[in-house]
Amino acid sequence: MRSRREFLQFAAVSAGVFAAYPSFVTAAARQKLTQDDLLSFDAKGQVTLLHLTDIHGQLKPVYFRPPSENYGVGNFEGIPPHLVGANFLRHFGIEPGSALAYAHTMVDYESLARSYGRLGGLDRTATLIKAIRAERGDGNVLLLDGGDTWQGSYTSLKTQGADMVSAMKLLKPDAMVGHWEFTFGKDRVEELIEEMGYPFLGGNVFDTEWDEQVFESTAFFERGGVNVAVIGQHFPYTPIANPRHMVEGWSFGIRPDKIQANVDAAREAGAEIIVLLSHNGFDVDQKIAATVTGIDVILTGHTHDAIPQAIRINDTLLLSSGSHGKYLGRIDLKVEAGRVVDAASTVIPVFSDVITPDAEMAAHIDALRAPYEAECNRVIGTAGALLYRRGNFNGSWDDVICDAIRQERDVDIALSPGFRWGTTLLAGQPITIDDMYTQTSMNYPAVYRMEFTGKQLKDILEDVCDNLFNPDPFFQQGGDMVRVGGMRYRCAPKASMGSRISDMVLTRTGAPIEAEKSYMVGGWASVNPDTKGPAIYDLLENYITAKGVVTPTNSQSVTVVGMD
Amino acid sequence: MQTLVLKPISRRQALSYLGVAAASLTFSRIAFAGPDEVKARINDITNGAAGDNTRITLDLPEIAENGNAVKVAFDIDSPMTQDNYVKAVHILADGNPEPDVATFNFTPHMGACHASTRMRLSKTQNVHVIAAFSDGSFGNASALVKVTIGGCGG
Repeated sequence: MRSRREFLQFAAVSAGVFAAYPSFVTAAARQKLTQDDLLSFDAKGQVTLLHLTDIHGQLKPVYFRPPSENYGVGNFEGIPPHLVGANFLRHFGIEPGSALAYAHTMVDYESLARSYGRLGGLDRTATLIKAIRAERGDGNVLLLDGGDTWQGSYTSLKTQGADMVSAMKLLKPDAMVGHWEFTFGKDRVEELIEEMGYPFLGGNVFDTEWDEQVFESTAFFERGGVNVAVIGQHFPYTPIANPRHMVEGWSFGIRPDKIQANVDAAREAGAEIIVLLSHNGFDVDQKIAATVTGIDVILTGHTHDAIPQAIRINDTLLLSSGSHGKYLGRIDLKVEAGRVVDAASTVIPVFSDVITPDAEMAAHIDALRAPYEAECNRVIGTAGALLYRRGNFNGSWDDVICDAIRQERDVDIALSPGFRWGTTLLAGQPITIDDMYTQTSMNYPAVYRMEFTGKQLKDILEDVCDNLFNPDPFFQQGGDMVRVGGMRYRCAPKASMGSRISDMVLTRTGAPIEAEKSYMVGGWASVNPDTKGPAIYDLLENYITAKGVVTPTNSQSVTVVGMD
Repeated sequence: MQTLVLKPISRRQALSYLGVAAASLTFSRIAFAGPDEVKARINDITNGAAGDNTRITLDLPEIAENGNAVKVAFDIDSPMTQDNYVKAVHILADGNPEPDVATFNFTPHMGACHASTRMRLSKTQNVHVIAAFSDGSFGNASALVKVTIGGCGG
C-alpha cells in the first residue's frame, strides 16, 4: 500500500493536469453552453474508451445533488474522490457557479439546478456517443458499461431489468459488469445476459461447489489496429451487501491475485491495452492500481464518484464516471510498439437542455415507458424542501423515509440503508411515482418491525460504519452509513471499530439509548430472506399522499467528530 | 490428499449470518479463544521456533460471505521429496470458541502441498496457517477475516 504522502503527490500531479478545460467550464449561464462545447476534446491516439456506469435505471434526465460529506480515511483522507464543495472546486480549479461546479458539487445547488437544469437521459447520452463514434470512427471506440444499470426505477422494477437491457442494446456497448443486476436473481441475470448480445464479464465470481469461474473474465477487441483486452470485475461484496440467497452458490470477492493472473494472461495473449472494467469502487481500485501491475486503465464504478478527469497511479489511469446517467467518461489512448505512450481523458456532464436527444433512443424510451407512463407521472405529493439522498450520513430523502417508517409502523427508531442511488427533487417540485421509486425500487423492499436492544443497535451502527470507514479499502463494502430516524449519535470515522459510535440518544425523550433496554425499530432492505412487512414503496406512497407537502423533520441526527 | 485430522470448530452457536433486520447475537456465555491462547497453541506446535511466511500462499477472503462456511486454502512451496517435504499444516483461528480448525498431514508421495476446506468463523478474527517442514523448521502465515452483518451496500 502506498503511503499517504505518495497519494497526496498523485493528487497534486493530477490537479496540474486540469489546465485545459473546455470553454463551457467557465460559462456562467446555461445559454452560453452548447452541445459542441460538451464534445470539445483534444483527441489522442488510436483508441477511445467510453464509460457509462451506475445509471440505476434512469432513462430520463435527473437532478442529482453531489454529496456534502464524502470522507476518506487513512491514505485516502483529503484526496479525490474525498473532496466536496469548495474543496473540490479549489482542488480542480473550477469556477464557482460554472457548469462544471454545478455538475460536480452541491455548492449553491438549488439555484444552479434551476439555471442549468437536469443532467443525463439515455437519449442525450446516445447523441454524445454517436457524435464521438462519428468523430473517431466506429472502429476506434469501445463503449463499456460499469454496471448498476438495470435497477433503480419504477419501470426497471416492473420489467425486472428488461427496459434497461433493451435501451442499452441500442447504444451497442462492447461489455458490461454487474452488481445490483444480481438482485434480480441468478435465473433472471442469466436470461437478461442472453438478451444483451454482448459479454457480461467478471473474473471474480466462482461457483462454490466446484470453484469454477461463472463468467468469462476477459474479452479482446481490435480497435484502431490495437489489441485491447477488457477484464471484468463484478462488485466483490454482492453476497454480503445484498441478499446472499439471490446469488446462492456463487462466491465473489476482490481476488487481486486473480486480477493479476488475468492481466498477465491477456498480455501473454497479445493485448496492447489492458482495461479493468470494475465495480470495485474508487478506493478499492486505487489500491488495485497500486498493487496489481500491468493495467493501463481502470474504469471504476460503484461509489458514484465523479471527478473531472482520470487520475494516474503508477502506470494506471483511473477514471470514475459518476452515476445516474449524469456523465459520460472518455479516455483516448495512443499506443506505440505495444505500449500506451499518451492519453487524455474527460468526464462529460450530460447537460440535458443543451443536447439534442437522439431520435431513435427517444422513441425507444417512449415506447418502453408507454405502458407505465400514466402511473409514472402520477403526482402523490410535493417536496417541501430539497430532497436528496447521497452523502456519507443522513440525506433529506432518507429523513422523509425514516419519518414515514416511524409513523406507518409505529416505531421509536427507523433505519434506512445507506444506498448511494436515488435522485434529487428541488423544493416545490411535485413528487411523482417515478421520483418515489428512484429511492425505493428494489426486489427486497419489506419494512420490518422488531425489537432491538440498545447494544444491538450500537453493534449494527459500528458494523456498518466499519464497512464505510475501515482504513483498508479492501474491507469496505462501499455503501454510505445506515440512516437513522428517531435517534441521534456521534460518529468518529477515524476511530477503530467498536469505538466510532457514541452518545446515542432517543430523540423523542432526549434520554440516552441504554445497552440492555429494548427499542421498537423499523427498517427496510434487510438481506434476511424471511423479512416480513409492507413494501417500502407502498408505505412511502401512503405517507406522502397523506402528508401532501413533505418536509423532513430531522436532519441533525449525526454529529461527525474528528474530521476536518 | 490424506486428511487424518479434520476437526470442525464451533460446536456452539456461531454468528448466524444476519441482515440489519436481525441484530447480531450475543455470546455472553461462550468462552472464546483469544490471540494469547492461539499464540500459546502455536508455541506448542513449533516449540517456540519462529517461522516465516515466504513459502506459504494463503487464499482467504477479506470479508466472509458466509461466516458459517469460509473457504480457506493454502499452497506451500516445497519439493515434497524424501529429504525435503511438508509434514503437516495446522489451521488455527483466534476468535472461535476453540482455536484448532484443522490439521492436514502430508507425505512426500503426495508430490505437492496444497489443500482447501471450509471453516466456521464466529466473528472477525485472525486465521493462522502453520506448516511443519521435514527438517524441523516451521512456516507461519496469517490473515484477518472480517465477519460482518452485511446489508446496506450500494
